[in-house]
Amino acid sequence: MKTLVKDPETKVKRPDDPLFKRLTRQQLFIPIAALVLLVLFNLIADPTFFAISIKENSMGNPVLSGNIISVLDNASELVMLAIGMTLVTASSGGQDISVGATMAIAGSVILRMVCGGQVTADTMQMPLILAVLTGIVVSMIFGAFNGILVAYFKIQPMVATLIMFTAGRSIAAWINNNQLPIINDLSFKYAGTFLPGIPVPTPIFITVFVILAFWLVLKFTTLGLYTQSVGINSNSSRLNGLDPKLIKLLTYVILGVCVAIAGFVRVSRSGSINYSRIAENIEMDAILAVALGGNALGGGKFNIYGSILGAYVIQFLTTTLYKYDVPSTALPAYKAVVVILLVVLSAPVVREKLANMKKAPAKAAKEVS
Amino acid sequence: MQEGAVLEMQGICKYFPGVRALQDVDFTLREGEIHALMGENGAGKSTLIKVLTGVYPKDGGEVHIKGVEGAVVIRSPQDAQNAGISTVYQEITLCPNLSVAENIFIGRTKGNLTNWRAMNKRTGEILGSLGIPAAPQQQLGTCSIAVQQMVAIARAVDMECKVLILDEPTSSLDDQEVQKLFGLMRDLRTKGVGIIFVTHFLEQVYEVCDRITVLRDGQLVGEYVIEDLPRVQLVSKMLGKELDDMADIKGESGGVAISKEGAPVLEAEGLCSSAGIKPFGFSIRKGEVNGFTGLLGSGRSECVRAIFGADRVTGGTVKMEGKSVKIKKPLDAMKQGIGYLPEDRKGDGIVGDLSVRENIILAYQVMKGFFRPISRAQAEAFADNYIELLEIKTASADTPIKSLSGGNQQKCILARWLLTDPKYLILDEPTRGIDIGTKIEIQKLVLRLAEKGTSVTFISSEIDEMLRTCSRLLVMRDRKLVGELTGEDLTQAKIMATIAGGDKE
Amino acid sequence: MPNGIALDKQGRMKNRAAMTDTTLLLTITIVVFFILYISAVLFLGGGFAKPQNFLNILNNNASLIVLSCGMSIVMITGGIDISVGAVTCLVCMTCAVNLEQQGGSMVTALLIGLGIGLAFGLVQGYLVAYLEIQPFIVSLAGMFFAKGMTTIVSKEPVRVTNEGFLAVKDARIIVPGLGANNKLGQYIPAYVEVGVIIALLTVVLLFCLLRWTRLGRGFYAVGGNSQSANMLGINVRRTKFLAHILCSLLAGVGGILYFLHVGSGDVANGAGDEMNAIASSIIGGTLLTGGVGNVAGTFFGVMSLNTIKRIVSSLGFDEAWWSNITVAAMLCLFLVIQSVVLLRKNTSKQ
Repeated sequence: MKTLVKDPETKVKRPDDPLFKRLTRQQLFIPIAALVLLVLFNLIADPTFFAISIKENSMGNPVLSGNIISVLDNASELVMLAIGMTLVTASSGGQDISVGATMAIAGSVILRMVCGGQVTADTMQMPLILAVLTGIVVSMIFGAFNGILVAYFKIQPMVATLIMFTAGRSIAAWINNNQLPIINDLSFKYAGTFLPGIPVPTPIFITVFVILAFWLVLKFTTLGLYTQSVGINSNSSRLNGLDPKLIKLLTYVILGVCVAIAGFVRVSRSGSINYSRIAENIEMDAILAVALGGNALGGGKFNIYGSILGAYVIQFLTTTLYKYDVPSTALPAYKAVVVILLVVLSAPVVREKLANMKKAPAKAAKEVS
Repeated sequence: MQEGAVLEMQGICKYFPGVRALQDVDFTLREGEIHALMGENGAGKSTLIKVLTGVYPKDGGEVHIKGVEGAVVIRSPQDAQNAGISTVYQEITLCPNLSVAENIFIGRTKGNLTNWRAMNKRTGEILGSLGIPAAPQQQLGTCSIAVQQMVAIARAVDMECKVLILDEPTSSLDDQEVQKLFGLMRDLRTKGVGIIFVTHFLEQVYEVCDRITVLRDGQLVGEYVIEDLPRVQLVSKMLGKELDDMADIKGESGGVAISKEGAPVLEAEGLCSSAGIKPFGFSIRKGEVNGFTGLLGSGRSECVRAIFGADRVTGGTVKMEGKSVKIKKPLDAMKQGIGYLPEDRKGDGIVGDLSVRENIILAYQVMKGFFRPISRAQAEAFADNYIELLEIKTASADTPIKSLSGGNQQKCILARWLLTDPKYLILDEPTRGIDIGTKIEIQKLVLRLAEKGTSVTFISSEIDEMLRTCSRLLVMRDRKLVGELTGEDLTQAKIMATIAGGDKE
Repeated sequence: MPNGIALDKQGRMKNRAAMTDTTLLLTITIVVFFILYISAVLFLGGGFAKPQNFLNILNNNASLIVLSCGMSIVMITGGIDISVGAVTCLVCMTCAVNLEQQGGSMVTALLIGLGIGLAFGLVQGYLVAYLEIQPFIVSLAGMFFAKGMTTIVSKEPVRVTNEGFLAVKDARIIVPGLGANNKLGQYIPAYVEVGVIIALLTVVLLFCLLRWTRLGRGFYAVGGNSQSANMLGINVRRTKFLAHILCSLLAGVGGILYFLHVGSGDVANGAGDEMNAIASSIIGGTLLTGGVGNVAGTFFGVMSLNTIKRIVSSLGFDEAWWSNITVAAMLCLFLVIQSVVLLRKNTSKQ
């Protein structure tokens, strides 16, 4: 038994087991490395990328402007989705591909409420908070629908959520009778643009608030442990007194809350909605954020901060590509190449091979570069 | 190659990160012999077999097979099959969605097209000759685990192999099926097939084997002819120490009977569950150790699962310390102070990717509730305490539990329940598939717990283990409680007679 | 828990022996399709009773049938490929540009279509099978890539005027005996397009592949339990690799059929077809967990899906969104049926 007791990290540290290998084992290696690469690329290509200036916005307020601000601002919805998606992934071993469609539903509900059923409204017809709460409740119901299919009918998450993915945008259109409501009340747009007198975009504050809320939830409840336990072995979890079905359902409902807040931020950016375009492909970005964050898409252990970082990296990439005049329609092709490179580098098989190559010192130099 | 040898492995080495799993191991298998491969868990038996069958690549050494010039290269299970090595693994390695016939033939037919009729016909013959109760067209997933295991054996046997490897094939078979398997093995031996037999059951080794090779800590201890190696010596070779511990525990067993006078902790009447056991009555006193015994599938696990609420309870009443309680789900039972170590360690016990620490605190945390997380510092204290107390061998409390050996995993599950400070602890096969040293430690622990006033229900396939620990045995047959043995009735013969049934009394 | 129970329940087990999961789900699918279609004929009459209406479902969905079969194969091995819709679109666009702007012929267009499919299959298959990256992520990137490439090839729709191509596109293969008289009493023969023949041939070929060949059975084994399949001597990596190649190749064929049907390249071609293909496979009895499924079922899945779409629109719900909601409801229904059937089957086992 003696050989088994040895600590793999300390006892068998061979001379050729260097920093590189230990670094690559870190869960956050990939997102941080990607971020560093992107930053370096932009620094070398055009350092003005990082410039932050003060401009006057349409309301005549001085606000911060610049690529970095735009990354932080535009990543907001993605970060919220990535948080919820991480929990869902951990508990059920699958992803919710209906988040974009459900965002459309939540946005549609909120717009209908504030417009009071009219096509255009100049002032909000009811308190904003009430509309947002309704949006959250509706979104939670759809989350619960997905959750029930996954937890109680044992349908694979991606397939179960395929239902809402297919129907969601149609339901969103149906909620407003296929009208495109527009709200012209400036205060509605505060959440998506700027609060008067504050130069930092509001979505950044909302994101920080959501992240903080989750930090508190993970600290003061056992959600993290329960979710991971259920995701890894639901039989054992049940025999330890947990209710795996309920916990899976709970994660889907929590994702529903995230989706509703993201949907609210998105519609309040413009005060209007385009059912087939709003948050298009965002489910793909959200799943990528989770994977980039070093979380296994098969469920189990998770690191929510990895996913958050992953979301910012993806937005950073998007903004960089836009900056270099990549047409928005061709953007997916570039993103795909980057994504493939990232997942190939992070694949355990490849990491092992890279690590083995390091054994031969001659080859090593080439590999690191 | 040696004269008469069919397989020779020389200087086999295998490293895993941080562990030397095999170091310079030699192994020789002769024609027409049954060769037991013995060792504690973590000794390297399974690794050696997986290296031989191409599941793991080896880091050094050579494999020679009769009739092949030079060293054989085996990179995949396919290569192994082609080289004439067929294997039955401990876990079922068949595809549950395919038919029985396909499972027997897939991956080893020559042609590119499947002849379903011929395949089903041939399968029918094989199943018939081995007495396996299954139909060729039946989907494998609908068969019981024992039948699936027999199908795996049928596949291996039908392959016209030179070397047959049986890696703990008997753990899910009942006695009758084991005898059938032994008959088959003897039959193959006369045909000149070399058989490697890995098992934890000593009786079985002495019943069928010709030779024994013992491994310890990834190294070869030696190869012995079975007549030259009495049981006690085999055990001491496996453990690497002289065996007084066995004697120790027998001495202590006298102390158990004392606790007969305590008040009943749990009383159940007419309990039955969705798993299909007949209503049974049960009670246990404070500080008592009792056990359920019976053949596999006789319902002994189902009984304790019903008590713990692990299966849906369909009837009956339960009293805890005289008060009537309702136990519908495991949490209800836990709140009453009941702990349950399940039979299937991997599937129902451990949470593989979580750390040892998280595995240990899990049940306690669930009882504390969703909004009262155990602080990191406290969790560490709990974990370190039990790692020391139970001598759990792990690199740290942060190591994922799945990388521990079976016995140490089991100790972690035990720690998990001890942390909840149970009044009544159910241990379903806590010693299955773990090494002898740990087995003894667990038995001692059970007795210590009983002395401190915890009631324990102990289930084991090995009757002498039950005799050493229990003061009362409940005997199950065909999902029904058929007898209760105490005091002088607690002898191997009496138990066997009750299990077998009939009017032997 | 099921230990040893088998012996005393022999009788019951043998009865169920004939019905594997695959056949059970296939039967459900076929029955549902006929109930759907026959009730449409009975209660809605008119259009549904005409054979041409039925044949039109085939004409419009030849491409989807081929795509769905490829999807089913990957799903049987336990994977998924969500790039098929985008590959279809890319193939259409490239073929159109080749024929129209580069003076290509039918042959070059055909080769380009198959080549694109093969290329996607090789890359995706390698990443999934040999580098062990999750198929969802790989094909997600594949889908992004194909979408982006399509707009790089051409943002504007390309209408094809090549005469040889149009001749094949407009060729109508008369199905004898199924024609009907129109209002003026003229006899209008029933017809199918060339693509339908290719699609049906593909279904038959794939059915044989899955049923009788070593590779086909390997797909099922890998999907059932890939570790076991490896132990049983099946080359799991190669099997998965081939499944992905086959799927993408079929996406290439599907793209060509789509192109033959619409006769132009457009970035909107094949939009959402990956979801239609997944839905058809699932309705057709393929489980996403792998190991269970059948291309015959998939064929009926495509037909059921499109029959119900037609029923809904002929009931007067013809706004665009109803079609999606119908597909979703159908998917939901089938998922729940599958789940309940399989769950019950598994619990009764114990």
